[in-house]
Order: sequence, then C-alpha cells, then structure tokens
Amino acid sequence: MEHILKEIGVETYLYLSALLFSIGVFGILLRRNAIIMFMSIEIMLNAVNLLLVAFSTFHQDASGQVFVFFSMAVAAAEVAVGLAILVSIFRNLGSIDIDNLKNLKG
Amino acid sequence: MIEVLFYILSTITLGTALLTIFSRNPIHSAIYLVICFFSIAGHYLLLNAQFLAIVHVIVYSGAIMILMLFTIMLMNLNKEHEKHKPKLIIIAATIAFCLVALVLLAALLKTKPVVESYYNSGTDFQSIKVLGQVLLNEYMVPFEFASVLLLVAMIGAVLISKKEKQKA
Repeated sequence: MEHILKEIGVETYLYLSALLFSIGVFGILLRRNAIIMFMSIEIMLNAVNLLLVAFSTFHQDASGQVFVFFSMAVAAAEVAVGLAILVSIFRNLGSIDIDNLKNLKG
Repeated sequence: MIEVLFYILSTITLGTALLTIFSRNPIHSAIYLVICFFSIAGHYLLLNAQFLAIVHVIVYSGAIMILMLFTIMLMNLNKEHEKHKPKLIIIAATIAFCLVALVLLAALLKTKPVVESYYNSGTDFQSIKVLGQVLLNEYMVPFEFASVLLLVAMIGAVLISKKEKQKA
C-alpha cells in the first residue's frame, strides 16, 4: 500500500487541522454551556495533536509523537480539574451557564 | 483507495465536530465527540502511528469522555434548558469563525510551494520500541514532570469537588 503522505501531501492535513481548530473556536464563542465549551477545547487540542503527528511522520522524527503523549497527559489533567470546578460551581449556583458567573462584577 | 479513506475520515471528523457544537442536548454532544475522536484515531492509523492511535482511543474516548458523561449525568443536564441566546452573539460568533478559518487557510495556502514532497527513507521511527527509547532517554525529565502533574491534578480534583461541611 502506498503511503498517505505521498498520495495527498502534508498540506491537506494543514487544511483539515485549521478547519478543526476553527470549529473549536466557533464552539467556544457560540455556546454558553460550560461543558460544551470544554468539549470545544478538546477539539482544538486534537486538531493540534493531529498536525503534530502528521509532521512527525513527514519528517520521520519520533519527537513529535512524544510531544503528543505529553499533550494528552496535560489534556487529561485539565479535564479532571476543570470538571471538578464545574461540579463545585453547579453545587453553588445550580447551573453551569457561564452567564451566571458574574459575582465579581460588582 | 487510501485517498478515499482519508476524505471519508475527514468528513466524519469535521461533521461530528460541528454536530458536537450544534446539538442542544449535552449527551448527544458527548456521543458525537466520541465519534470525532475515533475518526481522529483513524487518521493516526492512516499515518502509521499505531501506538498513538491506541493511546488516543484509551485516553480520549475511554477516560475523558466517560468523565464528561458522568459529569453531565451527575448534574442532570440531559435536557435542553439552555436559554435563548441573543441574535447578536450568534452573528458575531459566525463572523469570527469565518474570519479565523479564512485567515488560517489563506496563510496555509501560501505554504504549498515551500513544503517539499514526502520522501520515505525506510527507517523505523514510530514503533513502540523506538518511541519508548526516545521517551525515556531524550525526554526523561518531562516524563517525570508529567507524572507529578497527573498526581497533582488527581489530588486537586478530589479536593475541589469534595462537599464542604455545612457550618452550624
């Protein structure tokens, strides 16, 4: 089987990752539900991971894939702490709509 | 053949990412996001990074999405009670999305002549053996710091989500 990068080139991965990242930005801006915003952050992280793997294959260097491991570890830690904060917010306010989080506004 | 596979996977990735954002029910969003993550694992397989594909499925579809689903069910959010948003926010978000996509794609389209074509030297660089050697020789210190980070995140998550004692 011929290699994928020979068939379509690495620039197609650039376009795919850019579109995926923009969709993540769109989700952050559009939705007010904190959990959906978390999911959009995950989409953006995955867009970058995909591009790291594509360029690691392109340059035949294992460092890019090791970077993806670290980024996955950081994403897992981020989601664990973030969801704990959301649970705490939900206990205090009764909703996770971020428009309700304006106690510091004065 | 492999080209068709790539375009099918890309369509699934982008389509389910959009559905994640647009569905009103958070549970449906989570399910669509799981499909999106599986298609990204398919992309990793196409790039011949088998170990990373397996780790991706385990970490994202297995751990992170289960955590999210548990939280959604814990908060009893599986109904559509999001308030109606003002039209201005929707229009502003759409314009911002179009601009971000336009700028990124326009910047990347110019890179096409710079990127040279792919050349396969045939060396092994992404088997588990090689990856483990790189991870534990070159990246030893970041690896240890990642373990500390995960430990701190675990303690922090338990501490933050613990119920506070009611003061009498």
